Amino acid sequence: MTKIIRSASAGTLESNDVFVEIEPWDQGLRLTLESVVKQQFGDAIERSVRETLAQCGVEQAKLNVVDQGALDCVLRARVETAVARGREGQA
Amino acid sequence: MSKLVSSLREAVALAGLRDGMTVSFHHHLRNGDYVLNMVMEEIARLGVKDLTVNASSLFDTHAPLADHIRNGVVTAIQTDYMAAGLGKEISRGLMAKPVQFRTHGGRPSAIADGTTPIDVAFIAAPSADPMGNCTGKFGKSACGSLGYAFPDAMYAKKVIVITDNLVPYPLQDWSIPEIYVDCVVQVEAIGDPKGIVSGTTRITRDPVGLVMASYAAKVIEHSGLLQDGFSFQTGAGGASLAAAGFLKDIMLAKNIQGSFGLGGITGYMVDMLQAGCFQSLLDVQCFDLKAVESIRTDPRHQEISALHYASPSMRSAVVDSLDVVILGATEIDTDFNVNVHTDSNGYIMGGSGGHSDTAAGAKLAMIIAPMSRARLPIVTDHVTCVSTPGKDIDVLVTQGGIAVNPKNAGLAARLKDAGLPVIGIHDLKAKAEAMTGAPKPLRKGDRVVAEVVSRDGGILDQIYSVPEGQ
Amino acid sequence: MRRSMLFLPGNTPRMLINGAFLGADAIIFDLEDAVAPAEKDAARILVRNTMRYMDLGGCEVIVRINSIDTAFWKADLEQILPEKPNLILLPKTGSAADVREADACITELEDRLGLARNTVRLMPLIETALGVENAYAIASACSRVAALFLGAEDLTADLRCQRTKAGREIEYARTRLVTAARAAGVDVYDTPFTDVNDDEGIEADAALAKALGFTGKASISPRHVEAINRVFSPTQKEIDYAYEVMEAIRVAKEQGKGAIALYGKMIDAPIVARAEQTIAAAKEMGLGREEQV
Repeated sequence: MTKIIRSASAGTLESNDVFVEIEPWDQGLRLTLESVVKQQFGDAIERSVRETLAQCGVEQAKLNVVDQGALDCVLRARVETAVARGREGQA
Repeated sequence: MSKLVSSLREAVALAGLRDGMTVSFHHHLRNGDYVLNMVMEEIARLGVKDLTVNASSLFDTHAPLADHIRNGVVTAIQTDYMAAGLGKEISRGLMAKPVQFRTHGGRPSAIADGTTPIDVAFIAAPSADPMGNCTGKFGKSACGSLGYAFPDAMYAKKVIVITDNLVPYPLQDWSIPEIYVDCVVQVEAIGDPKGIVSGTTRITRDPVGLVMASYAAKVIEHSGLLQDGFSFQTGAGGASLAAAGFLKDIMLAKNIQGSFGLGGITGYMVDMLQAGCFQSLLDVQCFDLKAVESIRTDPRHQEISALHYASPSMRSAVVDSLDVVILGATEIDTDFNVNVHTDSNGYIMGGSGGHSDTAAGAKLAMIIAPMSRARLPIVTDHVTCVSTPGKDIDVLVTQGGIAVNPKNAGLAARLKDAGLPVIGIHDLKAKAEAMTGAPKPLRKGDRVVAEVVSRDGGILDQIYSVPEGQ
Repeated sequence: MRRSMLFLPGNTPRMLINGAFLGADAIIFDLEDAVAPAEKDAARILVRNTMRYMDLGGCEVIVRINSIDTAFWKADLEQILPEKPNLILLPKTGSAADVREADACITELEDRLGLARNTVRLMPLIETALGVENAYAIASACSRVAALFLGAEDLTADLRCQRTKAGREIEYARTRLVTAARAAGVDVYDTPFTDVNDDEGIEADAALAKALGFTGKASISPRHVEAINRVFSPTQKEIDYAYEVMEAIRVAKEQGKGAIALYGKMIDAPIVARAEQTIAAAKEMGLGREEQV
């Protein structure tokens, strides 16, 4: 399992990007999501975030996601980067 | 003799307004306008209620209108365009009566034939004399053409001219003559010059926009329409202007002597006139300082009324002689119906303006738009609102390909031969969705908050409220 | 066909997702100069995902990794190589030793991934005086090298002179690189033009590059791509000549002749090779031979 030991963030608030903040948390996964396309893609975004966290081996974390219409591959990249920055074992 | 009254309050009082009447405004001062708000404040003070506001367009500066609606001063709106601030409130159900959207050609026709009669027209004029001759071509709040104000002046029961630049009688080079004017009032400022016209309109620097613009110019080049006598109109958005710039280069390289440019005139169209691409400009609205200066000084640059511009019911209008128009869209469906009234969440943030008129009149109506905006594909199965019907749209130009309306088979063949990336509209939709994923359909509210009135006076579509949480 | 190459900043989603639409034959995902040090980690993951999930519309994919004197380059390769970019653009290549160091790392990764050797090719970016001087050694350092790439911005800093539109300060570097590349049997690409807004200047600069023998030209601005494509596309005359060359070769074979002349010139291997390239490019552009009337 991948442990999140520090707050970290990745991405920006620019159009087509997504800002992802991650924090240590000990009660499973807690997600908050804001998106300019929440109605159309809110479910898909949450699914991708959870899948990416699972692929990274993260089971406990608090995430705040602020989306400006990022494509799925961009979203996954930003989540993965935030995890890499927040996990133990990084410089 | 003089029609001058001492204050706006007096003018409004003299107008004889009563509950249930219709007042009108033009939108040539755009987001720098002070007049609509000033007038409505005086009207509210008088205690008049249940008014219809007929404004050729409404901008974010007109946000105080929402309060007048809440207080019952205004209970109906007729307009051709409504910006997002007020639009959002309307979409959330602010008004009991649906807003009526017309087009820039449909509005004056309805005024002229009595469908939407005006009791009192308030005409903001950058310059006026004490008898009411007025113009937009000069003054500290100069706006150029007063095209949309003509039908109001000609057909309203009472006409009040409001100016911040009173000149001695007679005003030289008037646009609206005194014969229509009941009274004139001078105020400190009719608007903020910075909001009235842009210093300069700018072509896009965005690489995607430039690719779209480059394709757009090539479509025109290979349409078969680009020859001597060519006429053209483009929007004021960045990519549309860039397309005009590329088109100018092609016209100069091929020595094409066009006939006229139409619009919505920006400095870029003035450049084309001065470079010899056109013999004249026909101007219903000026967007920037260069256009204002040109209409003031160049006899080839002429002001036209909204009726002359685009009326579907007069014997003819300029749009009927137009070869090519470049337009935008928030959405377009696989039948080429276009939405310019709402955003992809269903909120009102625009309106036809001259969209439907020019699309109907032009030989080639082109939509220029990115394949997707913020993860939302531009091509949908059904547009949220039909602003302009697909039968009037010929081609969609995006950075990912060019879709030609099947009704225009000849054009598709020409463009393919020219090596342009022609793609079917369904394929273009699939291409965009492959990138973005398929969006979940919108929830529609249950109240009709606006009606889209087509050029022939029928109801083209209805706009529904947006439910909470969307 | 590799007439034009367009740089895209590696940490800017909007540019990355639209890169394939900007008309260039090849896109260069830039992990180096376009990305701040604090974002190098984010950029390589973003570029990796773009390559993995986006349809890049037939564009060739080039990745400019960070140079081998930084802490970033190996991580760049580890993330990017599984996605099989066509070329790695290696900044600040100064010597054959630099090339071999990068080659060793890429070889190891190819082996680990079960990829054939030289699946991913190398394009040294020559942007220092030392690199210019060592151009032939660099171009022939190993079979992975596919082309040389001239970077005049950093080069002129190293030369202590101004970068100009006319480009006199890089005359030597340009001709040296073309010569070295051809001597080593690889392609060679010209540096981007300096002025984004100068539509005439780019035409002249691209025409000069073509006249000097460059295979194609890079750009930092999408506005330049069209001009570059046009200049580096074979003309109908060149296409027709290429078909004539192939026809002459075929006739020579039939007649059992060892050598043949066309318009008074002996047709040797380089001419045939160029004719084949021209015909391939023409086919990609949808052009054929023009019928002789």
